Amino acid sequence: MLAFVLRRVAAGVALIGVISLLSYTLLSIPHLDVGRQLLGQNAPQELVDAKNAALGLDRPVAVRYLDWLGAALRGDFGTSWFTSENVLQAIANRLPVTLSLMIGVTVITALLSFVLGVWAGVRRGVVDRFVQVFAVLGYALPGFLVTLVIVLVFAVELGWFPAIGYIGMGESLTGWLSTITLPILALSVGSVAGVAQQVRGSVIDVLRQDYIRTLRARGLPPWRIVLRHVLRNASAPALAVLGMQFVGLLGGAVLVEQIFGLPGLGSMTVGYTTRGDIPVIMALVMVTVVGVIVINLVTDLLIGWLNPKARLR
Amino acid sequence: MRLVRHPLGLVSGLLLAAIVLAVLLAPVLSPADPGAASLRQAFEGPAAGHPLGFDSAGRDILARILYGGQNTLGGAIIALAVGLALGVPSGLLAGYYGGWFDSAATWLVNLVMALPAMVVLLASRAILGSTVWVLMVVLGFLVAPSFFRLVRGIVAGVRGELYVDAARVAGLSDLRIVSRHVLIVVRAPIIIQVALVAGIAIGLQAGLEFLGIGSGSEPTWGAMLNEAFKNIQRAPLLMLWPGLALGLTSGALVLLAAALRDVLEDRGRSDPAPPAVPEEAPDEPDEPGAAGERAGLLSVRGLAVAYGAREVVRGVDLDVREGEIVGLVGESGSGKTQTAFSVLGILPEGGRVARGSITVAGREIVGLPERAHRELRGTVIAYVPQEPMSNLDPAFTVGSQLVEPLRAKLGLGRAEARRRALDLLRQVEIADPERVFRSYPHEISGGMAQRVLIAGAMACEPRLLIADEPTTALDVRVQAEILGLLRRLQRDSGLGVLLVTHNLGVVADLCDRVAVMSEGRIVESGPVEQVLHAPREPYTRRLLAAVLDGAPAREPLEAAPDHAPDQAPDQAPDHERLEAP
Repeated sequence: MLAFVLRRVAAGVALIGVISLLSYTLLSIPHLDVGRQLLGQNAPQELVDAKNAALGLDRPVAVRYLDWLGAALRGDFGTSWFTSENVLQAIANRLPVTLSLMIGVTVITALLSFVLGVWAGVRRGVVDRFVQVFAVLGYALPGFLVTLVIVLVFAVELGWFPAIGYIGMGESLTGWLSTITLPILALSVGSVAGVAQQVRGSVIDVLRQDYIRTLRARGLPPWRIVLRHVLRNASAPALAVLGMQFVGLLGGAVLVEQIFGLPGLGSMTVGYTTRGDIPVIMALVMVTVVGVIVINLVTDLLIGWLNPKARLR
Repeated sequence: MRLVRHPLGLVSGLLLAAIVLAVLLAPVLSPADPGAASLRQAFEGPAAGHPLGFDSAGRDILARILYGGQNTLGGAIIALAVGLALGVPSGLLAGYYGGWFDSAATWLVNLVMALPAMVVLLASRAILGSTVWVLMVVLGFLVAPSFFRLVRGIVAGVRGELYVDAARVAGLSDLRIVSRHVLIVVRAPIIIQVALVAGIAIGLQAGLEFLGIGSGSEPTWGAMLNEAFKNIQRAPLLMLWPGLALGLTSGALVLLAAALRDVLEDRGRSDPAPPAVPEEAPDEPDEPGAAGERAGLLSVRGLAVAYGAREVVRGVDLDVREGEIVGLVGESGSGKTQTAFSVLGILPEGGRVARGSITVAGREIVGLPERAHRELRGTVIAYVPQEPMSNLDPAFTVGSQLVEPLRAKLGLGRAEARRRALDLLRQVEIADPERVFRSYPHEISGGMAQRVLIAGAMACEPRLLIADEPTTALDVRVQAEILGLLRRLQRDSGLGVLLVTHNLGVVADLCDRVAVMSEGRIVESGPVEQVLHAPREPYTRRLLAAVLDGAPAREPLEAAPDHAPDQAPDQAPDHERLEAP
């Protein structure tokens, strides 16, 4: 178990290394004249050169990358070229928004998709058909289109929630709830659809297993068999899908944050990638990759806990 | 094509064809220029020549939808082409040859799949600029892994198939094998995946355009949605047409994929129901009581089991008395297991007892509410299954699976149930009960698992044990041990046992009486002696002959005449030589 975690962490670190090297190199290819962009068309060339030198852009890419890596390892991600913000500070300010979005969606998805999926898989019939249709629709419709419809219905037509803006949890809990509910709802539609479908499938699979028949033959009540044996065995594949959904969710958050005007990492990504602000983009890529690695590790550990056969050596 | 007969496939296919056609014929269908703006007409509704009205800049909405579709669909095609060109050949190579290329490609694919597509697209915009076509090539790179994984998985599976081996032995070149045998197998899954990925690609692309990336001044559905969203308070209906176009297109693609999956891939993967009783088969005996007085422990009369209108068991009579082992023999598919499941009340989905009577310990159970039937299971009737490994829940320890019925059925406390479970493990002759108690099913052997299942069946001290081929899945030495164990338990506790088997050796070895089943009916029953030595029915004779023929040259071919036919049935005759298991 510990060996497994250590091995995975090592693999994760290697992955972070590779991705940081690749992104840094690729991002440096276009050779944007950052100094010129900053100082404007009319600035004298000497000043632009001096600015570029001050940013370290006159040195070879390899040196710049190693510089960046060394600083990053010490927790220093530098300052934005264009806004002079401290990158780490900017991310720390925005992380809670995205994180609360992610956690909300994950909780809603886990709860709803398990209830719907188990119900559909055990009862079949009408509930099953509803879950099936919902799953196809949730999968078929692009997430941001669903989001737009949600805004149109709940914010514009019904006026139950503000269409745009964000209130921090610290300022006002009700305000926070009113601004985060629709974004969470919007992101949950697709992920509930995907995971509920998977839960339904694995519940039906598990119900066909020999050991379920044997448990029935022992005279155990059906609810006990479902809650204890079916649920536990069906959870592992469902968790795997939930983990995979998370990666898609990070992408979905970009659009949802943009639509609702949430000051999170997603809208930050949109804003900063236009200008090739390497320190900010690198930090965002790193946060994303670390997030994905952590989620994958947690998912695998949970699956191992649920399914001793897949238990990690 | 079969797709035409699939309603969902037909509708989504026609819808897609209509969309593609309309988009291609944009100049014909819409005389208006998609870029021509006239601010005077901004937000105006439908007018002559402008059936959908005007957007916020007074541009014709229909024209923008149709021309925008060209960009949207074109972009998706680029992404698909790149994805296919990268994913399919590499998947073929990796799946067919394996080796270092497989490892390297799989690693790379896992890396790409760990990255959120939207973030990568945004980051690559910083590198490659905002041209939509370039971004669609990047998207092609991002969807290539899904093709790679699909093709690699299938090809690696096919690679081990016999017909591919045969083709290799026959000296066919790899190229020929791949093009003739392998490509055929991957074709259908690839088509399905193309439809799915196209839907996703269109969604992602529209998402990018919605963010204002890529399209520039050209009309696209995503950009139209963005423009509509900016005016959402003023003219919420602006979102309708581009939203509809986008939703219908990607929806139709995903539905088409679902329909294709139904049509192209086998859907009949559920267990085939047992064969029906042949129609020409004679009906059940006129009087159900033909087999004599009904036994006290288990008595079945005129049982018929049906799946829908199809009867798989018909007119079965069967008796098991206390302390007696009755064999139920027959070929696979003869209805033995269906009969056993009826008694237990655990027929698979769709199956039901259509007619007849089953009494257990004097109580009629046909028509008994499920709840009352459940009370009997475990405490009066118990079940030992055929395949030991698949009948233990892999997620729980052996101990917790033994403790569960003890607590649920007998209401024992935690410590008491644990003590009893360990006791049971000792009773089934497990040497190290503490260790097995703590083990998970995959950590013990098949023979051990069968002992555990027997212990589980015995947990609540039942009076009737139904064992369905309890030794078939085990190797020969373990079979003998398990049979010995069953016999000992039966003698110790005076159990009645219904032993379902196709092994006449086991019957001769263990049973007092035997019933022979064929095509859903009991063809002959009686004391083992009589049925095995002097079978009345031709079917039984054939069955016996088949067993003896199947046995490679062994001395006891004359075993039958050796034994005195008048030997008392309850003396457990030594038939080991007939067909030792």
